[in-house]
Amino acid sequence: MSYSTENIAIMDSIIARYPRKRSAIMPLLHYVQAIEGFVTPEGIELIAEKLELETAEVTAVSTFYTQYKSEPVGEYHVGVCINTLCAVMGGDEIYKSVSEHLGIGNDGVTEDGKVSLERIECNAACDYAPVVMVNWEFFDNQTPQSVKDLVDGARNGNPPAPTRGPKSLRTWKQNSAVLAGVSDGLAGEGVSAGEPSKLGLKLSKEGK
Amino acid sequence: MSKLSPVLSAHWDEADSFTIDAYRRNGGYKAAKTALDMDPDAVIQLVKDSGLRGRGGAGFPTGMKWGFIPQNDGKDHYLVVNADESEPGTCKDMPLLMANPHSLVEGIIIASYAIRANYAFIYLRGEVVHVYRRVQQAIADAYAAGLLGKNINGKGFDLELVLHAGAGAYICGEETALLDSLEGFRGQPRLRPPFPAIAGLYARPTVVNNVESIASVPAIIANGTEWFQSMGTEKSKGFTLYSLSGHVKNPGQFEAPLGITLRELLEMAGGMREGHTLKFWTPGGSSTPMFTQEHLDVPLDYEGVGAAGSMLGTKALQIFDETTCVVRAVLRWTEFYKHESCGKCTPCREGTWWLVQALKELEAGRGTSADLDKLLDIVDNIAGRSFCALADGAASPIVSSMKHFREEYQRHLDLGSCPFDPIASTLFAGALS
Repeated sequence: MSYSTENIAIMDSIIARYPRKRSAIMPLLHYVQAIEGFVTPEGIELIAEKLELETAEVTAVSTFYTQYKSEPVGEYHVGVCINTLCAVMGGDEIYKSVSEHLGIGNDGVTEDGKVSLERIECNAACDYAPVVMVNWEFFDNQTPQSVKDLVDGARNGNPPAPTRGPKSLRTWKQNSAVLAGVSDGLAGEGVSAGEPSKLGLKLSKEGK
Repeated sequence: MSKLSPVLSAHWDEADSFTIDAYRRNGGYKAAKTALDMDPDAVIQLVKDSGLRGRGGAGFPTGMKWGFIPQNDGKDHYLVVNADESEPGTCKDMPLLMANPHSLVEGIIIASYAIRANYAFIYLRGEVVHVYRRVQQAIADAYAAGLLGKNINGKGFDLELVLHAGAGAYICGEETALLDSLEGFRGQPRLRPPFPAIAGLYARPTVVNNVESIASVPAIIANGTEWFQSMGTEKSKGFTLYSLSGHVKNPGQFEAPLGITLRELLEMAGGMREGHTLKFWTPGGSSTPMFTQEHLDVPLDYEGVGAAGSMLGTKALQIFDETTCVVRAVLRWTEFYKHESCGKCTPCREGTWWLVQALKELEAGRGTSADLDKLLDIVDNIAGRSFCALADGAASPIVSSMKHFREEYQRHLDLGSCPFDPIASTLFAGALS
């Protein structure tokens, strides 16, 4: 797959953000995933050329970080938190049931390419446990059934909206572009904070 | 009177709290104006006087960190905000940035001015796209309002602020690994000295601060040091976010003066879930030694938690009831440290693998009590023997659980299996059984 003139212009604008261009390597890798879905050899070569690095240097960085994928993932990448707290609260049962439901394991992708699955570590939403992330959007307070419904919806092209996020769930590639710093203009959508985030504030207003 | 003191979270119940209009409506960006009218050294002194200490885990005095930056050295200085929140249990910075990103942007303007930095970075963990959007928008709106960029407020101060997404590596929350990552390398900790204040980003003087630390600065400038010192305890001043998660009725965020106790916080969270009792808890994430029932009245400030044998850490209170197998909990945390070990130091890279293997056997009830001693022996050989604190963090849950629950490890061995039903610990236990 080739990169358009517009793609290249965006990559140049990413590099221009930093005092030293090597710092742009991470957003550029996110951007390659936005265009191609995963980190391809072609993407690595392009970044190396842009940053005047060896491809081995770019590969070394790419393979260090788990969010950069060396194989295609689904249009909807489902991460089930299996760190201690979420696992204990139900994450283990959620992972087991959705894995059986989809017939795929950790890092697996469904045959239709719609859904992939990953066991993820703590995602900083423990007061909403058990937590599932889809394309790195928050799905709070999940159950085995809610996650089955979620992936069924995703496979039918009708995924539910994140609990704290935009009005509709964006694809893996679309969200990868956001992480590269390409705005999708959706910051205004969704709640300011979920109920647990506001609990202390509510109690203090009640004088408690 | 409420025991809580919402400052950073005071407006999270407003539907537009994350916008620049709401932030200004609630008094935002006045502190930046005040600070830019002050001498930079006076700003550093004010933050020193307030007693603000780092909210990311270590508790180092923030103003003192700023004061370490050499002045008039002719070099570029940098401010880097650590928003790589990933310590298990820690969930305060992400809701803060989602609901109130401008408090961080304003804090960055003030801190950068104080340390004479013209470039600042926010290193945000990559697995939170909506938080990224909110911070990105806040930065764009601040530029449009003339609060970032060239000649801010007509004071001749220039500041560029760049938002940088990480890509899923816990170790990048360690400040020197974060700097390597931001420079475009694999995120691996550096040997210190030199400390970042002397040779940080691009080998230039750099301050690395946690999100909550920097976001607390505008309120201190706006309300004064006396106001800040009226909250908290003798050596732990001010307010902070406590995050309660796990087997409590109502988990959530509670912003309170430092020194509140778990007993008080638990009451606000509605107590333990119905019919269950507290078994163990972490005061500040999984890297802080676990506590039990007997620590309910420990003041949750830097000194109080330290004196009781743990660390305040990130104030991530993960609460587990009597249905939870402590060996399973510790195994899972250990698997996390193994997964996140960057591989640079042999004791950590190899040792966390050994620990996982040993704990897997113990959880399955295989082995003898000699294996419990072996576990502690491995821990002795990795803690304190690496560049960074990840290996120490891996040791904490093991050592503390063995101290409080050695008989539970032994019970696994006596039974030849785990005595707990994992379904009983889940939130939907009733629905599944």
